[in-house]
Amino acid sequence: MTALFEVKNLTIDIPVPSGMLHAVRGISFEAMRGETLCIVGESGCGKSLTSLAMMDLLPTTAIRNAEKMTFQGQDMRSFSEHQMSDIRGSQMGMIFQEPMTSLNPSYSIGDQLTEMLIRHKNASRAEARERAIYLLEKVGITAAASRLNQYPHQLSGGLRQRVMIAMMLMCDPALIIADEPTTALDVTIQAQILLLLAELQKEFDMGLILITHDLGVVARVADRVAVMYAGEIVEAGTAEEIFNRPTHPYTQGLLDCIPIPGKTARGAKLGAIPGIVPSLVGVIEGCSFRERCKYASDACAKPGIELVPVSGIVEEHVTHDYRCVLSADQCVENLAGNA
Amino acid sequence: MTTPNVLEIRDIYQTYQISKGLFQPKKPLHAVNGVSLKVARGEVLGLVGESGCGKSTLAKILLGLLKPTQGEVLIDDKPVADLDRLDIARMVQPIFQDPYSSLNPRKSVGSIISLPLRVQNAPNPETWQKRVEETMDLVGLPKRVYNNYPSQMSGGQRQRVAIARALINRPQVVICDEPTSALDVSVQSQILNLLVDLRQELGLTYVIISHNLAVVEHIATRVAVMYLGRMVEVADTDDLFEARQHPYSQALLNSVLTPDPSLGISDSHLGATYPNPIDPPSGCTFHPRCAKKMAHCDSEAPTPIDTGSGVVECHLYKD
Repeated sequence: MTALFEVKNLTIDIPVPSGMLHAVRGISFEAMRGETLCIVGESGCGKSLTSLAMMDLLPTTAIRNAEKMTFQGQDMRSFSEHQMSDIRGSQMGMIFQEPMTSLNPSYSIGDQLTEMLIRHKNASRAEARERAIYLLEKVGITAAASRLNQYPHQLSGGLRQRVMIAMMLMCDPALIIADEPTTALDVTIQAQILLLLAELQKEFDMGLILITHDLGVVARVADRVAVMYAGEIVEAGTAEEIFNRPTHPYTQGLLDCIPIPGKTARGAKLGAIPGIVPSLVGVIEGCSFRERCKYASDACAKPGIELVPVSGIVEEHVTHDYRCVLSADQCVENLAGNA
Repeated sequence: MTTPNVLEIRDIYQTYQISKGLFQPKKPLHAVNGVSLKVARGEVLGLVGESGCGKSTLAKILLGLLKPTQGEVLIDDKPVADLDRLDIARMVQPIFQDPYSSLNPRKSVGSIISLPLRVQNAPNPETWQKRVEETMDLVGLPKRVYNNYPSQMSGGQRQRVAIARALINRPQVVICDEPTSALDVSVQSQILNLLVDLRQELGLTYVIISHNLAVVEHIATRVAVMYLGRMVEVADTDDLFEARQHPYSQALLNSVLTPDPSLGISDSHLGATYPNPIDPPSGCTFHPRCAKKMAHCDSEAPTPIDTGSGVVECHLYKD
């Protein structure tokens, strides 16, 4: 199976008054058709910038570099702005967090839905309208035909997000990038939207890259997970591996922070990660998590800590990788010693 | 002598008149539609429900910021209507969701935290700084940030400032409206730990409004589920999370995504549409979305049924 999207050693640098901000520092991942990759991390870890970099939508001051960046086998680095705008929306769809700000309030739902097909596929107005109705029904919106004349403010948050999903499906994209698609929604609606995304992804055999900070969402929808911290991937693997055998101290810490109904005793102390995310301005050497890590030693300050496989677990081409000076066994032992 | 119920609301209604157009009569919107509730001293009441169910309106009423259209709020057995604003503020304090917008960016931390003392005209101004520093210590803020501004602090620290400001006058009840929603996971756990500690240390009573049900289960002792301005189920946390009764509580709690990769996403069968509160469904307002709807649900409104540890409002449990 070849990758739908592949990026190697992606870096994003942003010049700021005090120097160069290394927002994303050499991350590599690939997305397959029919598979869900979750990128998880806290604010400022570079996950949203990564998604913008994939779409070439970074702020103009940001500098993007990659050893390799391909989409459907084509080198994306050589694409012109015009080629990129042909791909955006038609072959790569994107859903953002806040459906109210990503829909244009002064155009009707119908205008915004059909625009995509007319722009990318030269479809007629009638054809586009027909597909819009079909997709609105597909995403579970009743009375789809009459919705086309409505404006975004007339719809609830859940419905708006469904419209966004329908809009993204208009041109039958191969890859969907969803940046916190359910964060602004109620839990009941969140479950429905995620279920819908998963069903549609299967039906249309699309690749899905889901960016979120919600570990509950990740556990339930991901096939593969990449955990980001301070612009780097610190751990990556299948969802089962990450949640059942978290290896990097940061992943372990994150999982310890959330109350798990049935497991965490009520009112008991939750785990905490002391300290704050380090500044990414200037030269960064060694493990970026060492300041907050309880297992840190002098070895952690040395440069060149690579993402290495946790030994013994290789499932097809998916490995469970982590970035730490400690051996995987030691990491797992640390976690057990803590519990 | 202390009374068992530090906060009590009796049959509260909050009705807004919504304009439907220039020449059309205004229509009433019942944001809170006949809610009664008692909060015992030392209890942590979790208030859950979807957006638009009236939980924030109820919080405003509890804070005395909004006068209910009908009904009575009692703090420490005293009707709120008889108290002035300063009295209410001494007893009930809020913590809001977003520490980026709830703190004045032009005031220093010390000035923000001491504001309630100034407002209340507290005695001995020379001791204020000491009291601020004690409170900062209590919420885990280092003394050196006394002269800092909110923009120089992280989200977690700002929320600690908001908590310190709420606690400086030692209130009895703290109303937390989504206290951790704007925070990162690792910071959220620190703030939750702090809230748990403070409750034990100061004997506080919390009302916690949150859409994060895992947080509510972790911290609350009792949970009230709201739907369209009504309280459809009130129960002890254990009972609710293990044996919830109302079909809406069941659907709501089943939508919670725990980090367990062996489970997929279950369909709550709720449908997408939250009903329009101006035009609520007849009978039981939940019936259009209910999986266990019976014949008379759309005509007869259910009444609260005592379950021992709480109440449930559903025809299923009527004998």
